[in-house]
Amino acid sequence: MEEVNVKNNHPAPAGSNSQEIIIEIRGLKKAFGDKEVLKDINLNVKRGQNLVVLGRSGQGKSVTIQCIVGMLTPDAGSVKVFGEEVAELSEENLKELRTKIGFLFQGAALFDSMTVKENLEFPLTRVLKLTDQADIDRRIKIALEGVGLPESGDKLPSDLSGGMRKRIGLARTLVVNPEIMLYDEPTTGLDPVTSREISQLILQVQKKYKTTSIIITHDMECAKITGDYVVVMDGGVYIAEGTFKELQQSDNELVKSFFNETL
Amino acid sequence: MEEQVLPAWKRWLISIGDQGVFFSRFFRNIFSGGFEWSEFIRQCYEIGYRSLGLVGITSFIMGMVLILQLRPTMVAFGAEAMLPHTLSVSLIREIGPVITGIICAGKIASSIGAELGSMKVTEQIDAMDVSGANPIQYLVVTRILATTLMIPLLAMIGDVIGLMGGFLAVNFTDSISFHLYMSKCLAALDFTDYMPALIKTFFFGFAIGFVGCYKGYNSDKGTESVGIAANSAVVTASLWIFFIDMIVVQISTILFYR
Repeated sequence: MEEVNVKNNHPAPAGSNSQEIIIEIRGLKKAFGDKEVLKDINLNVKRGQNLVVLGRSGQGKSVTIQCIVGMLTPDAGSVKVFGEEVAELSEENLKELRTKIGFLFQGAALFDSMTVKENLEFPLTRVLKLTDQADIDRRIKIALEGVGLPESGDKLPSDLSGGMRKRIGLARTLVVNPEIMLYDEPTTGLDPVTSREISQLILQVQKKYKTTSIIITHDMECAKITGDYVVVMDGGVYIAEGTFKELQQSDNELVKSFFNETL
Repeated sequence: MEEQVLPAWKRWLISIGDQGVFFSRFFRNIFSGGFEWSEFIRQCYEIGYRSLGLVGITSFIMGMVLILQLRPTMVAFGAEAMLPHTLSVSLIREIGPVITGIICAGKIASSIGAELGSMKVTEQIDAMDVSGANPIQYLVVTRILATTLMIPLLAMIGDVIGLMGGFLAVNFTDSISFHLYMSKCLAALDFTDYMPALIKTFFFGFAIGFVGCYKGYNSDKGTESVGIAANSAVVTASLWIFFIDMIVVQISTILFYR
């Protein structure tokens, strides 16, 4: 299969008016034992852009964003965020960088011993080091309203449905106003209606918070709703890139199968 | 693809190295500022207060059983008047701290191992980490310091409750006033009995917290890993209790009894 070096020449969305590259990946390689997960990844993400990484499960999509946030160290290649080489950052600088990045985990990863309000309070008091309770409560209220769950503050994560957990997970990352949002399979495990709602919420987040986003998914509807630009990954390399409409016309067999089977 | 299996000695050495790194991260974070007081107090409550009933019941029974077991032998030597002395020395020096340590290894180390293991599996620890918060400070430092402080307290309370159990058992067959019984118990003890016993309970507490946190924090990402982490935490912490006990007894014998 032909490998593609993603140039991402597509302009950033209307309103952002920016060609500034926020995330730059060059020659990224990552293996676990003998299994080479990322073979040679090259990618640019521009400020204000919603970039969708599409592909089958187990192709290394999530590994890419884990390298961006410094959860995994690349075996080779370069991952630059805001012009800084992530693997070379000191512990303190990596912590600083992470305050600018929001990461929505597949299962939302809510702290299950805390209420929703305490979940949102956690990054405010530990990351932003806020101490004014009125300011904290105001930010929590805005974040919960932003995801459409203003009354859920006293609930425990175990009382929430899958879609609500995703919304609260999103609120927890947005409450600190990150510049970059990384979504790891945001619609996996949700029914079609809730999936659509979450996808639209991702789009709203981009517009409201002016975030730059990478959305890892194999949900074509999510890719269609959220993506300004789409790259398709298979076997540890990118095999196609373009807007959703452009990829619909692709001759690549795998890309065609994605579009034919799901839409 | 078949995973390469390392020889046991290599895995053991890697594990020792990992524990060293984990300890240094714990130690650095105690003094790095932003101590999580509210979580520390919550852990003290969870670990100390919620274990009090179990430690109290087992200590009370242990005090009774020791008297009932000792009595026939002591009577055979005409030394039944020494029963309170014998009980207090054996309970305070050895049985009280070790029983408390073992009970807490079962209850607390498994609970910490399972809790952190489950947080690892559900990516809650990763979520803390990538948000820029410090999971070691919030989860590990608070739990290890809470066990280090609470286990000695539990052991002391357990010792007193054990003596109460002994008092009840003595009165099954003989009649002795509480005042006389306690006077005899305390008369048998001096600094060299309770101080090494108290010091070793701090180490027991540290071992229980450290092993629970290490096993949970470093568990693999799968649901069965939670059970493995909890089980491994209990076994390892229990072994550490006996190792520490053996070392402290050796040191205190050299220092005080030669």
